[in-house]
Amino acid sequence: MTVAQEAEHHDPEVVEAWEEAPGVPGFFSTVDHKRIGVRYVVTAFMFFFLAGLMALAMRQQLARPDSNVLSPQTYNELFTSHGTMMIFLFNTPVLAGFGNYFLPLMLGTRDMAFPRLNAFSYWIFVLAGIFMTSSLVIGKAPDGGWFAYTPLTEKAFSPGINMDFWGLGVVFVGISTSVGAVNFLVTAFKMRAPGMTLDRMPVFVWSIVGMAAMVLFAVPAVTLSAGLLEADRIFGTAFFRPDHGGSSLLYQHLFWFWGHPEVYILFLPAAGMVAAIIPTFSRRPIAGYLWVVSSLIAVAFISFGVWVHHMFVTGMPVLAMSFFSAATLVIAIPAGVQFFSFIATMWKGVVRFATPMLFALGFLLIFLLGGITGVMVAVMPFDWQVHDSYFVVAHFHYVLNGAVVFPIFGALYYWVPKMTGRMLHERLGKVSFWTMFIGFNGAFFPMHILGLLGMPRRIYTYPSGLGWDGLNLIVTLASFVFALGTGLTLVNLIWSWKRGRAAPDNPWDGDTLEWSTTSPPPEWNFEAVPVVGSRHPLWDDGGLGYAVVDGDPVTASLGREGAKARATPVLTGVDAIPEAIMAIPHESYLPFLVALGIAVIFFGLLVKAALVGIVGLVLGAFAIMRWAWFTEADLR
Amino acid sequence: MTAVVVPARRPGLPLGWWGMAALIATEATIFAALIGSYFFVRATSPEWPQGGIEPPELARIWVFTFVLLASSAPLFWAEAAVRRGRLGQVRAALLVSFVLGAAFLTNQILEYRELGFGVRDNAYASLFYGITGLHGSHVAVGLLMNLVVHVKARLGRVGPDRHLTLTLFAMYWHFVDVVWIFVFSSLYLSAHVR
Repeated sequence: MTVAQEAEHHDPEVVEAWEEAPGVPGFFSTVDHKRIGVRYVVTAFMFFFLAGLMALAMRQQLARPDSNVLSPQTYNELFTSHGTMMIFLFNTPVLAGFGNYFLPLMLGTRDMAFPRLNAFSYWIFVLAGIFMTSSLVIGKAPDGGWFAYTPLTEKAFSPGINMDFWGLGVVFVGISTSVGAVNFLVTAFKMRAPGMTLDRMPVFVWSIVGMAAMVLFAVPAVTLSAGLLEADRIFGTAFFRPDHGGSSLLYQHLFWFWGHPEVYILFLPAAGMVAAIIPTFSRRPIAGYLWVVSSLIAVAFISFGVWVHHMFVTGMPVLAMSFFSAATLVIAIPAGVQFFSFIATMWKGVVRFATPMLFALGFLLIFLLGGITGVMVAVMPFDWQVHDSYFVVAHFHYVLNGAVVFPIFGALYYWVPKMTGRMLHERLGKVSFWTMFIGFNGAFFPMHILGLLGMPRRIYTYPSGLGWDGLNLIVTLASFVFALGTGLTLVNLIWSWKRGRAAPDNPWDGDTLEWSTTSPPPEWNFEAVPVVGSRHPLWDDGGLGYAVVDGDPVTASLGREGAKARATPVLTGVDAIPEAIMAIPHESYLPFLVALGIAVIFFGLLVKAALVGIVGLVLGAFAIMRWAWFTEADLR
Repeated sequence: MTAVVVPARRPGLPLGWWGMAALIATEATIFAALIGSYFFVRATSPEWPQGGIEPPELARIWVFTFVLLASSAPLFWAEAAVRRGRLGQVRAALLVSFVLGAAFLTNQILEYRELGFGVRDNAYASLFYGITGLHGSHVAVGLLMNLVVHVKARLGRVGPDRHLTLTLFAMYWHFVDVVWIFVFSSLYLSAHVR
């Protein structure tokens, strides 16, 4: 059935209940998790390509020795902005975007637990993104590195407004990540389809749960490190100023207390994507579901005990460092469990080498290398040798670019047909994969060798004759190949959007609930909320059912009555038994207004104008009070 | 597709409760990290408090600690009253809680004026103002929430079946009170321990 034919079959009452204003008003007021999810992904990819262009500029500078394509100041601004943008404005939000779109669909519910909060978290993300990007526009981009170590970033040594964009921007965007995590957790535990007990929850959802739990306890630390740094810079406090009794080491502790879990905050959902792709294209359930889920949760826990491995050269007591070194090594065990589960799934399955699967396989190879170098730098003597060298640059690009970006591209090929209703071009996808894979390894593998040859990170140029020239040229050429590969996927997306073949409901023969609705799904996701009878509802006999609707209003909300009333059931957290009805709020400008108020506050802090800050405070406070005025009871 | 009989269960805690609980968890982490920072700087500092500052006075803050903790009690009363539909009692309880909270906040502002050191003086001063200031701003937000719930109760937007804002405000207020116990123990009491 095509989308148009499907639309004709919809109950007009249901359609009316879910209608949102078209055009600009709808753009600013929507609370639909799917529109917000798509927006998240598109916005994040804009930052991906922008930050990617910065990397290309840096590689042009480093292609030859003694080059002067970029000034040292510009180079500093570029590497700082590249890292900041990739971590805060691409990697984290793009995964949130996929989570936003697919969590409710995989769980079999009609929206997130807090739809307005969801819109709010997007608006904070995009406004914080504009806030940080505006620094590039006015030529005052942050220049103190993406982790902004003090004392370099204190007012005395970085007097310009540059680092204020970073510090305030990090606090700003952290609001989005944190409220998003709250939303994910409550959605995953309270909004699952009847019958979807915890041990039937898709691995991708588990990975988002692990991610959100880490965000909850990790992001406060970076909010604090950046916030206190800004207090030092704006109000002259002494938190990180040793000459006034403060501590630079404290900054590093706070930053990495977030910074290392952050790696797993990014890695977990990426592994979850792979855990969705590999079983589908191996045509069998994932091997050792319970092991994989346990190892995801174990990684989330252990990730809080490893942060000091970023600080092995700060001169801490060896016993303390040994603990963190050991904890870092221990992470290899749960990571290995996931790895072998993926291999076993393919081993026992019948593998189809479609594009999403290629990206998943690329992930496995790259993650293997990134994981091995991770174990290497966890060992103190080795770390002392390669600290702040290109070896580290190679390692974290293998993890954050290879092991996270490859799954994200795989997820694009896997899920975009569901999101747009159109298939991507398969052959172009394969060409894009191979170009990216070859370019990636050509660009980042030689960096290991460069690091061992002594090339430090963050140098804007180097003299000839150190043995780095040839490798640097290879890295630069390959980085353009990698960029070309990502560009091919962009072309593919645009082509598919215009002329792609219409996607069937379940183009890959997947097992989870998102494939049981149309492509793209209707605003209400499911006219009748599915009732789940197994871990693989679309594969197993009796896996997918619908509720017999009786007089009980809660049970009735499972069926068409619920869709008509713009409602969705709330269920018990463990065994997913319906217990209440949630009224889904209508479109609203309030999330945007609250976010705007917060943006004005941050702008006031940036330009040090108290009046502007107060205006923002008043705007935000009024909007939030209005928000509190209409709670669920008013929606029923 | 098979038809399945799905029994329903009695409703548990509202979604908002879980959301607020998660929000409190992340907020508590901020305070934990701040108090951790206090002890980190203290452990590496040759003198504490720094710069010849005296440890904070205890007598008055003991009184206002009890004032703040006492402000939580009326909210239990309010929550019990709203279930029975006694909106007059709800408003009275909110008012009592508001007055106690406002008294605490006023004392804190007055105390700032008498401290004799500024936020810029040294890391001790920055941490003292930073932690008590962040807590104080939470108290201020709580007072604002109290007012919103109060007005809602007065206009009949709160009732036995619709008191989510009251529940969430009470959770938040209890959290702010509990955090104070940690702030008080660390910044005030422990500063006297040599």
